Amino acid sequence: MKIDYEKLGLKVGLECHQQLDTKEKLFCSCKPELFKGEPKITFLRRLRPTQSELGQIDPAAYFEFKKGVKILYEADPQTSCLVEMDEEPPHDLNREALDITLTAALMMNAKPVDEVHVMRKVVIDGSNTTGFQRTCVVALGGEIQVDGKKIPIEHISLEEDAARKTGEEGFIIRYRIDRLCIPLIEVATAPVIHSPKEAEKVALTIGRILRATGKVKRGLGTIRQDLNISIREGALIEVKGVQELELISKVIELEVQRQLALIQISEELKARGVTENQIRDKIIDVTPIFKDTKCRVLRRAIKKKKHVMAIKLPGFSGLLGRELIPGLRLGTEMADRARFWGRVGGILHTDELPKYGVSKEEMDRLMEILEAEPQDAVVIVADAKENCIDALRAVAERAREAVKGVPEETRAANPDGTTRYMRPRPGAARMYPETDIPPIPITDEHIRRLRKALPELPEHRIRRLIKEYGINKKLALQLQDSEYGDLFEKIVEETAASPTLVAATLTETFKSLKREGIKVEKLRDNQIIKIFKLISTGKTSKEALPEIVKWLSEHESANPMDAVEALGLSMLPKDEVQRIIREIISRNRELVVEKGERAFGFLMGLIMKKYRGKVNAEEVSKMLREEISKISS
Amino acid sequence: MNEKLPGYKGEALRILESLGAETGDFIYIEKEGKVYEGTLMPRSELGDDKHIVIKIKSGYNIGVRITSDMKIEKKGSGAKPSFTPPPPPKQRPDLPRVTIISTGGTIASRVDYRTGAVRPAISASDLYSIVPELSDIALIDTEILFSAFSEDLTPKHWTKIAERVAEHIKRGAHGVVITHGTDTMGYTAAALSFALQNLPVPVVLVGAQRSEDRPSSDAAENLIGAVQCAANAPFAEVVVAMHQTISDEAIAIHRGTKVRKLHTSRRDAFKTVNAELFARILDKKIIILADDFNPRRNDRNLILKPRFEEKVALIKFYPGMNPKIIDWHVEEGYRGIILEGTGLGHVRRKCFSSIRKAIENGVIVAMTSQCIWGRVNMNVYANGRDLLSIGVIPLGDMLAETAMVKLMWVLGQTENLEEARDLLTKNIAHEFSSRTVEPVKPPETISV
Ligand SMILES: [Zn+2]
Repeated sequence: MKIDYEKLGLKVGLECHQQLDTKEKLFCSCKPELFKGEPKITFLRRLRPTQSELGQIDPAAYFEFKKGVKILYEADPQTSCLVEMDEEPPHDLNREALDITLTAALMMNAKPVDEVHVMRKVVIDGSNTTGFQRTCVVALGGEIQVDGKKIPIEHISLEEDAARKTGEEGFIIRYRIDRLCIPLIEVATAPVIHSPKEAEKVALTIGRILRATGKVKRGLGTIRQDLNISIREGALIEVKGVQELELISKVIELEVQRQLALIQISEELKARGVTENQIRDKIIDVTPIFKDTKCRVLRRAIKKKKHVMAIKLPGFSGLLGRELIPGLRLGTEMADRARFWGRVGGILHTDELPKYGVSKEEMDRLMEILEAEPQDAVVIVADAKENCIDALRAVAERAREAVKGVPEETRAANPDGTTRYMRPRPGAARMYPETDIPPIPITDEHIRRLRKALPELPEHRIRRLIKEYGINKKLALQLQDSEYGDLFEKIVEETAASPTLVAATLTETFKSLKREGIKVEKLRDNQIIKIFKLISTGKTSKEALPEIVKWLSEHESANPMDAVEALGLSMLPKDEVQRIIREIISRNRELVVEKGERAFGFLMGLIMKKYRGKVNAEEVSKMLREEISKISS
Repeated sequence: MNEKLPGYKGEALRILESLGAETGDFIYIEKEGKVYEGTLMPRSELGDDKHIVIKIKSGYNIGVRITSDMKIEKKGSGAKPSFTPPPPPKQRPDLPRVTIISTGGTIASRVDYRTGAVRPAISASDLYSIVPELSDIALIDTEILFSAFSEDLTPKHWTKIAERVAEHIKRGAHGVVITHGTDTMGYTAAALSFALQNLPVPVVLVGAQRSEDRPSSDAAENLIGAVQCAANAPFAEVVVAMHQTISDEAIAIHRGTKVRKLHTSRRDAFKTVNAELFARILDKKIIILADDFNPRRNDRNLILKPRFEEKVALIKFYPGMNPKIIDWHVEEGYRGIILEGTGLGHVRRKCFSSIRKAIENGVIVAMTSQCIWGRVNMNVYANGRDLLSIGVIPLGDMLAETAMVKLMWVLGQTENLEEARDLLTKNIAHEFSSRTVEPVKPPETISV
């Protein structure tokens, strides 16, 4: 099915987040790194929703608090200090991080603010020990060019990364605070993107600019994109945490599909005459029905003295099992809500029953007790009574929203491009000043200094690489997207190696070596330069390069010449090559006499098979042709 | 300072005043071809007079530098915040009555996200609505006595607090909670321990190490612990209730004479020194850890002795200290000096003649140790023995701060030097402990 996104009124705004590669964290002197293994420090906290003068309170947050949810934080002294533990006020804002952000902002033509004010953005899911994320706007109103179209940048901010969730057991949520306080740049575009592919290109362009600063982290988990997606008849959905660029268009495509399916369900419900008021929070304890059930989940729950409770959704028959996008049904969305609000394991609904050991009789009895007609659906959960009630209330709420259409939500991205319910969309951002950090004026003088040292814009550089070094566009693009752009220019300047060879090695060869599991990143720049020196001076051949890289990745900071020697990859002297060629020819004299020039391929193959990496193929080919011509003519 | 434009000064203040603007107003600024619009925000005390702070649409604050050619307008007045608190929980008259006296160091507050202002919540209904758990513990009555930073409190404030506490107890409170800034909470706790004698109910001081406007604040948990303690504890003593560890778990109950703030910022900054922790609240249960305590009673016969002599000094000895520092206090009419000596209780010999002169002038001079942990013993070294013979009074394992407060109180009770010396060395509120034992397990250990 071809979808006309323009016609649907698709609007996407991007928020690109990328970790900065600074020496220290944003508000303390800890290393901005993650730790592996068991935490040496743990502590337990509760976060209490603060009341605002306006009387607003984040309902989801307050609900979690009332349920007694506690957060178990895990830390290691190497990567966290009292600041991340919220046991000490923040130190000054990291100036290195501020300068990187300002540099990126200037590259996007944004106007730095005159004075930076650090704010506290209230977040009480536990991902911040303080209960708020520290964040500040550094520049406003920039723009970037994507395929000739101007994409406005609304703001560029600097913020602290959040703690990472490591588990959840009952009412205890575990978070690791190593990632907390790592500097993160946020680039927010206006919602002017109208197709999934365009969104991907915008993200790619922003990513290139950030990488051009040379001061951002690389690798999985260092980049996160949030997408604000809406279509005309649907709702604004915020999708959090898309980690891979390639996933952006898929997430948008699937989200549009999901919204279209929900709109269709809403129309169908209305056609069936279902209204919101008909969906009542009438929750019935149906434990006795399942006293002797063969359903293992229910049996186990009842054995643990839990309850089985049910709710009727009038007119919903057949819709809960309806697939919205592959693998996600309306029933899944209800289950997500039930898990979030009721902390239950999941739900069962009549669209999928009888199944899972639930018998036809039990199902009939269920329908009967709930006074459900064939056009109705029934949802059941099994858990402690109050959890059941919270879960089924959330299910009823989701059902009422299904009548209306698409509910506004914050959703989290899954690795396959689908999304799952995360929480209701928070109201107006609850931000207030971080009084522990004084405002930071940005002087014109400082901006002038940064402007002078501004890195080259990616599109300029790509053009220049092609022109200056004669490499093709594909290699130039790959170099720009790799971390080796600067190194490329250095190698070409310092050695006589061919630019195309250097570019192809740094991009394609390295990429395929990485795929084979070779730790290319262990090689230092000066080692890589040395390899090309050896090649360009004929000490080794370009064919030997992968072997040398592999050896060096296993022998940290060794001399590349040692690799050449250890692997026996040094080039044979010219007279030795001459001798080998003559010997081969004399052994195959008959063939050469008979076939003349046409014997070349076979002989070349023989030589290269034996001496690959030790001889220069071009040279051999030239010499071999000469020798053949001597005999055959 | 203009109250409608908090934090603004100089040029920025002049411009805003000329617009008739106040924080919360909608402001429009145009300069260098850029437009800035947003809500006018208060200025940080640390800020200069060259910037105007506005909250832009996204909720962020930015500072806009004042230039000679900028255009600034007030576009509208801000909506005044109208707060409708969530319905307060039902009050239960069957619960114990607890009075919360606030002296500053707000323990509950609301944030005005519009202007970023933090407003303290002090009335009982405010407290109930912010910390609803309180309504299941006690029937609460509140009194705002001062709203001062704790470093601005003086012995006169201790007197006032003691009088108010006594009044509330006489009127029938089952316990009193005092909210207090943490910096000098230890001093006030010691002061009340001496001023309020023969207590029939607990008096609990409480504070917060993390400001109460943040979700991670320790204020609410500490307050809940303090109110539980005031309402239900079996003892009737002056105590301090604060986090025992950095976890939101146990609340430590410290005796008022034995507690000291030992960290600038941690939640568990308060520790009991030279004694075992008095009690702990865990899972809503109060566990008494001390061997003995003064039990709660139903009568109201407390003894109030709220007078303190302010002419008492706490002098920390350091290498090379000039003895004239001691002379100066004598000349200024000081009646008591607590020395914070080195180790077991020593000062350099150069100070001896000044100390002798002070004692001859009727000044009480007593010795504590700057080691914080351990007791003084002036018999071990010659310098100590000589100080004893001059007339310096050794104060065992009493905390230096507690010793200073006690001497203020002693000299507030009597003019007679003999009586004063007796009172100073007599154990009145567990300020001395006769034996120090090795703790079985370090107080920091917790299980999660
Ligand atoms: Zn740190």
